Amino acid sequence: MSLLDFARGPAMQWSLIILVVGVTWRLFGALLLMKKKDLSKAKVESTTGASISTVFNRFWPKPQFAAQMSITLLLAYTMHIGLFVVVFLFSPHITLITDMTGLSWSGLSGGVVMFFGAITLASMIALLIRRLTSPVLKMISTPGDYISWLITALPVLTGLMAHAHFGGPYETVLAIHMLTVELLFIWFPFSKLMHAFLFIPSRAKLGAVFGRRGVKI
Amino acid sequence: MSELIKNKDQLEANSGNEETLSQSLLKQGISRRTFMKFCTTVTSAMALAPASAILMAETLAQTRRQSVIWLSFQECTGCTESLTRSHKPTIESLIFDFISLDYHHTLQAAAGHAAEEARETAMKDNWGKYILIVDGSIPTKDDGVYSTIAGITNLSMLEEVSKGAAAIVSVGTCAAFGGLPKADPNPTGAKSVSEIIKGKPIINIPGCPPIPVVITGVLAHVLTFGIPDLDDKGRPKAFYGESIHDRCYRRPFYDQGLFAKGFDDEGARKGWCLYEVGCKGPVTHNACATTKWNNGTSFPIQAGHGCIGCSEPDFWDKGGFYKSLPQGQWGSAEGIAAAAVAGAAIGIGAAAMAKSHQKTSGEESS
Repeated sequence: MSLLDFARGPAMQWSLIILVVGVTWRLFGALLLMKKKDLSKAKVESTTGASISTVFNRFWPKPQFAAQMSITLLLAYTMHIGLFVVVFLFSPHITLITDMTGLSWSGLSGGVVMFFGAITLASMIALLIRRLTSPVLKMISTPGDYISWLITALPVLTGLMAHAHFGGPYETVLAIHMLTVELLFIWFPFSKLMHAFLFIPSRAKLGAVFGRRGVKI
Repeated sequence: MSELIKNKDQLEANSGNEETLSQSLLKQGISRRTFMKFCTTVTSAMALAPASAILMAETLAQTRRQSVIWLSFQECTGCTESLTRSHKPTIESLIFDFISLDYHHTLQAAAGHAAEEARETAMKDNWGKYILIVDGSIPTKDDGVYSTIAGITNLSMLEEVSKGAAAIVSVGTCAAFGGLPKADPNPTGAKSVSEIIKGKPIINIPGCPPIPVVITGVLAHVLTFGIPDLDDKGRPKAFYGESIHDRCYRRPFYDQGLFAKGFDDEGARKGWCLYEVGCKGPVTHNACATTKWNNGTSFPIQAGHGCIGCSEPDFWDKGGFYKSLPQGQWGSAEGIAAAAVAGAAIGIGAAAMAKSHQKTSGEESS
């Protein structure tokens, strides 16, 4: 079995199974956790509004922090938008998603996706440098954060290499790209990358807790 | 590999006292112009230096006909058909004027015992010097009983004939990598030549079938310059060094993200890239996109069908010809659903355990 056959076959199948098991495990485990009874008197009748508004208003910092966070925010948005484009608007990726779900949409040209891939990688490197140079960020960073960074960056890097036919025979680079994606699938549920699924319920819960106390956040 | 015919002198030493090729070709009415055209085509196809055409012509002209034994095992004769079934006499057919094809099931006149005698005589007269060409895979299960010739298993015949061969050329994917007979579940235990024979120079010319000019080009190279440069799968780099995708005329559409989604949609009619309908061109190394087929007329992608990757090992077992490369073999929707149910069950169990633990801790603290 060649490396590409392994990446397209058993590695893809098992990494997807681990991803799905892990994500559903984490989601059910977190969402069904026991809620401690709050004995205080609620300041509002319903916390639904606070929950929903917190989900959305956290997409942007409070005005007093906006200037301070502007560069980080720019880099973070660049990275996330870039990742979205690379993952969901590159035709070969759409083909895989279509095969799995039946859903289909138009992709962008390879050159445009390459551009987004490059700026994604550049923004990730800039964010890593910031993490390594900021005393506070450095202090609160764990090995898992660096591993998550690496495991997220590798598929982008190898994807760019595969598309550019750089770094070796295409089938080898493609196989390495697929294996790095499969490594991401395996790592994803057990790391902070789960924020892709958990950011909405966690923000909503935070909004509800503060809303009950009458705190505007 | 260096033991094999390396130059003109060795070539001459390899044969008996027959007339030279130039004498033989002249007798058959083949002009020098046609001969030079063959040499130029072969050397240019193999990306050799321009001077190599003259050297090849000189060497071949002075060569005596090389003894070749062609063994056909588990195969469909497509490789031989590829070489011989041209619409008109072509330069490919000239190769038969350069070699003494002493044994070939399909092409020889002799049959039965006479045919086997021809093989044995050729082996005896040219021991250590003849070129062995094999097409078809070799069944090895149950001592190789699934394919026999004159009561001799393919396995025994290959082992016997290869002993006296100067070099072996595996023509077609079956001989080179096991091919179709080796496809899962491989009921006959089919193997490639290189899996069985060790210690001999083996050149793989895979393809289902291989391109005629690739077969003749490699043979002409062996006759004149010896073994060509091979890649990690034993294939001549001159023909298999680049992927179909690298040389495909539809490549610009791939780069622009323009793909046919089916074989009769607008994209297909406009000639867009066939990547999404299963083309294996990006991972297939062959010369189809450059030399093409039928005297350079066309090749599968030009005819509207994706490359099936027939010159790569196990091409039959890669998840389907119409499944694109990124689609892979991810399993089934049922499998993913089962994984989701399993994950949910674990999550619910974990939450229940946490609740129980919280309750116990709460009771203890109160």
